Amino acid sequence: MKPDIVLLASGLTKQFGGFTAVGGVDLQVRRGSIHALIGPNGAGKTTCFNLLTKFLIPTSGTILFNGKDITRDNASEIARKGLVRSFQISAVFPKLTVQNNVRIALQRKGGDSFDFWRSSSVLRKLDGQVEQLLEAVGLSSFRHILAGELSYGRKRALEIATTLALDPEMMLLDEPMAGMGREDVERIASLIRRVSAGRTILMVEHNLSVVSSLCDRITVLARGKVLAEGDYATVSGNPLVVEAYIGTGGSHGH
Amino acid sequence: MADGHSLALDETGMTVPAENSGTKRLHVMIMIAIALALLAAPFFVYPVFIMKCLCFALFALAFNLLLGYGGLLSFGHAAYFGMASYVSAYGAASWKLPPELAILSGVAVATLLGAAFGALAIRRQGIYFAMITLALAQMVYFFSLQTPEFTGGEDGIQGFSRGFLLGIIDLASDRNLYWVVAAIFMASLLGVYRIVHSPFGEVCKAIRDNEPRAISLGYSVNRYKLTIFVLSAALAGLAGAVKAIVFQLATLTDVHWSMSGEAVLMTLVGGVGTIFGPIVGSFVIVAMQNYLAGLGGWVTVVQGAIFVVCVLTFRDGIIGALAKLIRKPL
Repeated sequence: MKPDIVLLASGLTKQFGGFTAVGGVDLQVRRGSIHALIGPNGAGKTTCFNLLTKFLIPTSGTILFNGKDITRDNASEIARKGLVRSFQISAVFPKLTVQNNVRIALQRKGGDSFDFWRSSSVLRKLDGQVEQLLEAVGLSSFRHILAGELSYGRKRALEIATTLALDPEMMLLDEPMAGMGREDVERIASLIRRVSAGRTILMVEHNLSVVSSLCDRITVLARGKVLAEGDYATVSGNPLVVEAYIGTGGSHGH
Repeated sequence: MADGHSLALDETGMTVPAENSGTKRLHVMIMIAIALALLAAPFFVYPVFIMKCLCFALFALAFNLLLGYGGLLSFGHAAYFGMASYVSAYGAASWKLPPELAILSGVAVATLLGAAFGALAIRRQGIYFAMITLALAQMVYFFSLQTPEFTGGEDGIQGFSRGFLLGIIDLASDRNLYWVVAAIFMASLLGVYRIVHSPFGEVCKAIRDNEPRAISLGYSVNRYKLTIFVLSAALAGLAGAVKAIVFQLATLTDVHWSMSGEAVLMTLVGGVGTIFGPIVGSFVIVAMQNYLAGLGGWVTVVQGAIFVVCVLTFRDGIIGALAKLIRKPL
């Protein structure tokens, strides 16, 4: 039986020189939930996110994934354990086709990724799965286009398809709506809701209306510490949160 | 998006097709054309000249494998080229090794050297990676300079016999040797093509495009980088070893940093990240050095000017520009 808390961070701290970007953050992400990490600019959201995904090494603190300590694992190891992240700046492989972007993710499990003497036509066995994933995000008709030529919104959709290809137990999304028009925001939000079935999602997000409609639980960070936690109503009613947002130059919500 | 609609954004710039079956057919046709050209060439052109071009083409193919498909810019490929050249020349001259063993031993040493240097260099990225490869190659240069009992110092190793391939084919004949070199070249070209279009090659291209994303998908990127580095070093070694046998000569020029520069130049002129670019680039550069030899030191100036013009006007190189024109990868 897997623990109810899928990701547990305790006392997570990161110092850069003398500056404490994240200071003693405790975070519990419940299995099957969509959990948001919000906060004003400079609150330490992205640093926290990079610590959880092992792109940064914490100065102190521990991270448990499914009850196992992953504090010392590297970024590619945790991906193989089922904890997969996205990036704030759209993360596609620009010179590969849309189809091959997704295939790269599927290919790793096949165990033939070091075979330099075989033809890549052995990867055709993955075509069916690739097609399903592209279908799911509405990119089927773009399969032969180079990913770098896609529009911004479609790159984000492709990125989600690539992440889904790994069938991760937990997805960490770094500002999935950043820089998007309203129509795209709604589409990506419904996509996230749909793919959240059977997995856990932790996302950093600026767009408060998205967070309010999408997320079960919200953690508010300010100055590297947890300021408040709870569902949207609890958090938005908290005077400390209101003050933190207004006090640092206005609301990020819409 | 279960209902199949896609994101409502602009449709501009979405018409460039990438690889498809037509591309594959084109590549097969080009390969056949190259093979036919190699068969016909010695009847029209001095074979030693073509062999020189082919050796440098191999060298440029090796460099391009690393830069074009692994995204790693090495400034020290002379180390593998030159060390393999010395080892095979030494083997042929001092141990009287048959040419096939001389070449193999050169490749083996270049591979080992590549594994050692690669393991150090891939720990850093971008310009730091390039600087480490350059520094390690300079160490090889000074080693060669300081060990005249092995390298022959300023004179190099020269005047040894090419020997008999497999004990039967007399390589003293330029024509015989040409067929051997042409066969090695063609096999290497097909090998590079296979590496680039293998499951491994796909991962390398992904790492080249976006390393953090490849990590986040669970790839241990350093192992892929090291593998492609070693493959590239081995191929550069093959180029150096064959060159030593063809010219019966291995000198400090082969390990000098300017030799690394030649690989960069040929690849950029031909088109980095294209299969056929480095071959065209090396033929252009070697032909230029040959026909402009009368200009003496000015060849370097002309070469430099061509390089600048190339980078300023068609950054994708000759074949890269052509590929854009016909909208197919070459």
